[in-house]
Amino acid sequence: MTSTTSAPPAQQPKSRPGDRIFAGTAKGAGILILVILAGVALFLISESVPALTASPDEIPGDGGLASYIGPLIFGTLLSAMIALLVATPLAVAIALFITFYAPRKLAAGLGYVVDLLAAIPSIVYGFWGIAWLAPRLVPFYRWLEENLGFIPFFTGPVSSSGRTMLTIGLVLAVMILPIVSAISREVFSQVPTLHTEAALALGATRWEMIKMAVIPYGKSGIIGGSMLGLGRALGETMAVAIILSGSAAGITWALITSANPQTIAANIALQFPEETGLGVNTLIASGLALFVITLLVNMLARWVVSRRADFSGAN
Amino acid sequence: MAKRIDVSDLDIYYGNFKAVEGVNLSIEPRSITALIGPSGCGKSTFLRALNRMHEVIPGARVEGKVVIEGQDLYGSDVDPVDVRRQIGMVFQRPNPFPTMSIYDNVAAGLRLNAKKTSKSDMDDLVERSLKGANLWNEVKDRLNRPGSGLSGGQQQRLCIARAIAIQPEVLLMDEPCSALDPISTLAVEDLMMELKEQFTIVIVTHNMQQAARVSETTGFFNLNGVGQPGRLIEYNPTEKIFSNPDEKATEDYISGRFG
Repeated sequence: MTSTTSAPPAQQPKSRPGDRIFAGTAKGAGILILVILAGVALFLISESVPALTASPDEIPGDGGLASYIGPLIFGTLLSAMIALLVATPLAVAIALFITFYAPRKLAAGLGYVVDLLAAIPSIVYGFWGIAWLAPRLVPFYRWLEENLGFIPFFTGPVSSSGRTMLTIGLVLAVMILPIVSAISREVFSQVPTLHTEAALALGATRWEMIKMAVIPYGKSGIIGGSMLGLGRALGETMAVAIILSGSAAGITWALITSANPQTIAANIALQFPEETGLGVNTLIASGLALFVITLLVNMLARWVVSRRADFSGAN
Repeated sequence: MAKRIDVSDLDIYYGNFKAVEGVNLSIEPRSITALIGPSGCGKSTFLRALNRMHEVIPGARVEGKVVIEGQDLYGSDVDPVDVRRQIGMVFQRPNPFPTMSIYDNVAAGLRLNAKKTSKSDMDDLVERSLKGANLWNEVKDRLNRPGSGLSGGQQQRLCIARAIAIQPEVLLMDEPCSALDPISTLAVEDLMMELKEQFTIVIVTHNMQQAARVSETTGFFNLNGVGQPGRLIEYNPTEKIFSNPDEKATEDYISGRFG
């Protein structure tokens, strides 16, 4: 970082080279990110136009763009949602344990380990999920079908390979768990002692103190962390491609059968080498859909956080 | 409601470090007792030992006795959570919960203690507590706004309202005015004078005029040197401490010759 000289006097700000270089660099970087974003959006839109305007029978699958992308969007959202529902509570529990329950020495080590784990590319965990977890889930799925089969999610027939939507969701959950817990831990460790002591002095137990002072304070951080995880889950390509290759069902809520919708990212990865012409445009159109979904999800999260900005503890 | 506190031969440790040594004193109910002394002399530590708040620091422990109206605070069957429900605390920096409204801040302690309180009972208790803290008129139209939007002095009175809402027997105040301007300080001091009708109040302060203004009894803590434990040097009626103290060290401190 460029060092800045002392603050210029108020009446006549003197221009200093250090200040100007730093301000220029910062401004340039700020503009660059907008230009890149706009460039990507423009590319996606312009390349999708042929697919958007094509007649339905020219689109792969012969059913038109909506019926091609629809199941992909559904599969993407469903798998990411399962991942988020499983990973967020677990991640928050891990972070709470490290911050408030673990003995101090253990906590320092664990915090360090979680931060390290978050930095490892998620496909590494995904591979474990595919190679180890998926086959071992089959008996569990059988149990689900037998006992909870009346719920649409768990109708049979159970996939004998374990390569199902629920497996994807769980593998994605494993993949995003470290990043969500690392961020939650960071937020929890920043809860001011003032607030935790205020709760304890009122006669709160440890858990009541966490409910009263820690979780409300860390809520925006937890949401931010899960959005980061959701971003990873939405865009995860390889793990999904490996598990679900070859299966391309339409929209279905059944999570444990062998007929599952693909996700957008995995579909692009699997189909791109094969497609030519309009097929490529169609894939790019699905990429545009992913782009829009991600933006919407992020805006939604920001809106959720800002709705109670007065109560966030940041003031 | 207000209760008497007897402390005998109290030593407080943080791990192997002895922070406070050999404190003996009795605190009268329905009075204000001030604790003064230089920074690091253990007066805040001692105050926190009165409701076991020092235990939030790992390795903290005490030897000796703290007895509140016959009940030993450090008895083996005593839960610190119960102790803190009887002995409230107000901190140096105002610390309302930023994620809660003014109303919820006051109700927070009540919700911990009594699981089932009807809405109207709760409204009454909140109103009574805010009136008790001389804050009701200033906030009654914005009970649903965040407590962190108030001024520093109002936030501190909100914290006092929160502490008295659970009807403690003793109220501990750890430099409650050191982050406040003189006008807010006066408001809090007036409030303390009213509160002592119902509560036993112990206050730690660096402001000797404040100790002289509000307290009946004053304790002077000091330490012999860095790394030495703090001790209670003198414990006498405030009038005597500030006019004719028994100890030379007290006189030196009060007249500004050190510390």
